Amino acid sequence: MKTIKTSIGRRSFIKRSTLASGGIMLSFNWLTSCDMTASQVRALPKEWFKINGFLKIGENGLVTIMSPNPEIGQNVKTSMPMLVAEELDVDWNDVIVEQAPLNTSVFKRQLAGGSQSIRQGWNSLRMAGATARAMLIQAAAQTWGVDANEITTSEGQLIHEASGKKSGFGPMASLAAEIEIPEEVPLKELSDFKIIGTSRKNVDGTKIVTGEPLYGLDYSTENMLIAMIAHPPAFGMQLKSIDDSLAANMPGIKKVFTIKTHLGDYGLGAFDNDAFNDVAVVVGNSTWEVMKAKEALKAEWELAPAKKEELNFFGRTATVETPAGLESSADHRMVFDKMAKKKGKVVRKDGNPDAMFSKAAKIIERTYTCPFLAHNTMEPMNFYADVTDERANLVGPIQTPEIMEGSVSKRLGMDKEKIDIQMTRMGGGFGRRLYGHFMTEAAVISKEMGQPVKLIYSREDDMTQGTYRPAYHALYRAALDEDNNLIAFHVKTGGIPESPLAANRFPAGALEHYMAEEWTEKSNITVGAFRAPRSNFIAGAEQAFLDEVAEAMGKDPIDFRLELLDRAEKNPVGENNDYEASRYAGVLKLVKEKSNWTGADSGVSRGTAAYFCHNSYVANVLDLEIQNGNPVVKKVYCAIDCGIVVNPDAATNLAEGGVVDGIGHAMYSAMTFKDGMPEQNNFDKYRLIRHGEAPKEIEVHFVDNQIDPTGLGEPPFPPIMGAMANALYKATGVRHYNQPFITDKPLAG
Amino acid sequence: MAQFHLNVNGKTLEVNVDPTTPILWVLRDHLNLVGTKYGCGIAQCGACTVHLNGIAVRSCQLPVSSVGNNKLTTIEGLSENGDHPVQKAWLEHDVPQCGYCQSGQIMSASALLEANANPSDEEIESAMHGNICRCGTYTRIKAAIKTAANS
Repeated sequence: MKTIKTSIGRRSFIKRSTLASGGIMLSFNWLTSCDMTASQVRALPKEWFKINGFLKIGENGLVTIMSPNPEIGQNVKTSMPMLVAEELDVDWNDVIVEQAPLNTSVFKRQLAGGSQSIRQGWNSLRMAGATARAMLIQAAAQTWGVDANEITTSEGQLIHEASGKKSGFGPMASLAAEIEIPEEVPLKELSDFKIIGTSRKNVDGTKIVTGEPLYGLDYSTENMLIAMIAHPPAFGMQLKSIDDSLAANMPGIKKVFTIKTHLGDYGLGAFDNDAFNDVAVVVGNSTWEVMKAKEALKAEWELAPAKKEELNFFGRTATVETPAGLESSADHRMVFDKMAKKKGKVVRKDGNPDAMFSKAAKIIERTYTCPFLAHNTMEPMNFYADVTDERANLVGPIQTPEIMEGSVSKRLGMDKEKIDIQMTRMGGGFGRRLYGHFMTEAAVISKEMGQPVKLIYSREDDMTQGTYRPAYHALYRAALDEDNNLIAFHVKTGGIPESPLAANRFPAGALEHYMAEEWTEKSNITVGAFRAPRSNFIAGAEQAFLDEVAEAMGKDPIDFRLELLDRAEKNPVGENNDYEASRYAGVLKLVKEKSNWTGADSGVSRGTAAYFCHNSYVANVLDLEIQNGNPVVKKVYCAIDCGIVVNPDAATNLAEGGVVDGIGHAMYSAMTFKDGMPEQNNFDKYRLIRHGEAPKEIEVHFVDNQIDPTGLGEPPFPPIMGAMANALYKATGVRHYNQPFITDKPLAG
Repeated sequence: MAQFHLNVNGKTLEVNVDPTTPILWVLRDHLNLVGTKYGCGIAQCGACTVHLNGIAVRSCQLPVSSVGNNKLTTIEGLSENGDHPVQKAWLEHDVPQCGYCQSGQIMSASALLEANANPSDEEIESAMHGNICRCGTYTRIKAAIKTAANS
């Protein structure tokens, strides 16, 4: 039997019990069954017994499981408690899920990012459930005077077969809570799973469809004020002064002032976005009054100087330089052209690519670009803060509560122990809420007001604040010999201000002669992680280029990739290849089979792509038709290897979303600039994919294996962009190199 | 400031607000009905969709002074027990990811089905065009609307 060492402290759940009452977070959650008929909801227990920081059991057998990580729509609030419930061996219908607050003494890595929640929680969450189960068994053994090894469990029942004794978890819970935590506990065999691997509905589903308060923007307390900020209209500008004479005297307005998000000697942390440090603040009684006063607020802006700042990225320090000036997208295109001609920094070189390119019979050279993107979570940035001299109570949508607690602590000069953070369900994340400047701002504003405030960004504030996906450029070259064999491969890629290169990913390792170069160019337009950072561009570019190479070689695009992967598996070039060629090939083979790759319906144009990122493998086949001059995605096949799938239907939903998101951004979305000003500030100018543009059908298949779960939030997003480009080419004969494709060249050829 | 008597979810509710205040903020800030969401403030995303006499409208563009005695229905009042066929279909298909846009999607979908009990794919796409889902649940939304239409 597999066992796991426990690492939960007895007292861990007692710490931080001072969270403010009131508001939505402590309210009763529906049972996970989503059953809405009151008569069918089991009565809440009279008493809860905390077994450990992850769960408590009621005397009637109901179990409350804390979901540790922030929920941004990736469904961890359902799937993480499923892991606990599995090893506790409880009936899922007897489980209530609650969102845990930030509690670093109990939970590890309470962070939504990098597709890591399930991967990193896989052992610790099962351990929490298994530990509680072991303690319940001990309690039953003591009560019945039998050997603990003879007691089994099943769906919330303790059973001693020899004596015929049987009990629900409830009656044993109070004693179990007193049992010493075992040092090692057994884990189930995969074949014994009853919950993991079965589809369970979103635990917040009922609340979502009935409009109950769930999100940060929905949170309120009785004497709470509303705050909004005004930041400079352009990157490269800063606040000079404000004239509050009009705004401060408008109805419902309490105060107009300015704040510094970070103080001069702050030392930026990894997620302290610093686009606009000085902002104007309007505080009042209601959102509409504050919005109107904000419009009436007169502010003077001035050009910001270049700056140098010390960045502390989890202990690694670096000096970050931000240039002065007002940048335009036209300037960025010139940067692309300039840098593409210069030698980049060689990150990887195998064999002698220069020599091979010199003697090539044919060289294919193609250039790909993409624009900056705004995350555009549907719920704009916001946070609630109640800061006094003694305490700070912060509630809202944040992907990095632990890291931002450090930022708030530093800014307020307040010990972390005095700061409580509750995470609300988030109206989207996509990386945007890793950067919690809005939380720091809310705390500073509340302190200034001496009253609780909810800071709300308007859509315009949200879209024009920065933290964008960088603008990227990639130049690909392939050398073919006289027999159309691929003899060398070269990528030179860069971005403003970051490079998207992953030098050791496929096709590195599959080619004797390979070179990867990168470059970067500084900018004062601030960027941040955006769903599948770097991969969200380079995957599509690389997969579109490979399609063109395969065509030039006269090969089927899937077979071409499989041949390269076969080489990478059997006889890899270099030692530092960060993917498993067999799993990569596995998703391609699966999508080939499920899509009946060579048997497309007539009139349908097919494109394919595959990519590995965030520890998982995804391959697509995309079927497209041109109807009335418009591309219509008839069907997408998606094959995924992310190890064990915890909640299949929810995982399918996430993959479908990744497909739609990828097509949407490749086809329609862009953030452009004129003299430092974002040219898109709301959804009338910033185009997101809409209903009629989504694929008519998406079919998702998971590789069935017993590998511990890897990641799923990000991997389905990047490759579909390549599949879309490749299908468009098949349909129209025109290749699209510049995202968004809709502004690149006519879509219908 | 002015006093208004609003007919919301079958009840008459009184508010004292600036007459230009959009119904969205009256609902959210003054009536504690926060199921109706703020997304863009310019009628481009559909997150704030409510029914005005059964027709789907964007509440961010509807000043409180323009509503009069007309019937407003929000997601909280769509059904008494959350069992409107559209809500049930949404749960059956487990549509939401982040969930933020879904009350607006449900209000648009329920108004569509009220007017057209059996919409075609094209009619669904057209009626739902104004509702953005950033997570990309469009295929599930369409499937749920069809399920609701058949129930």
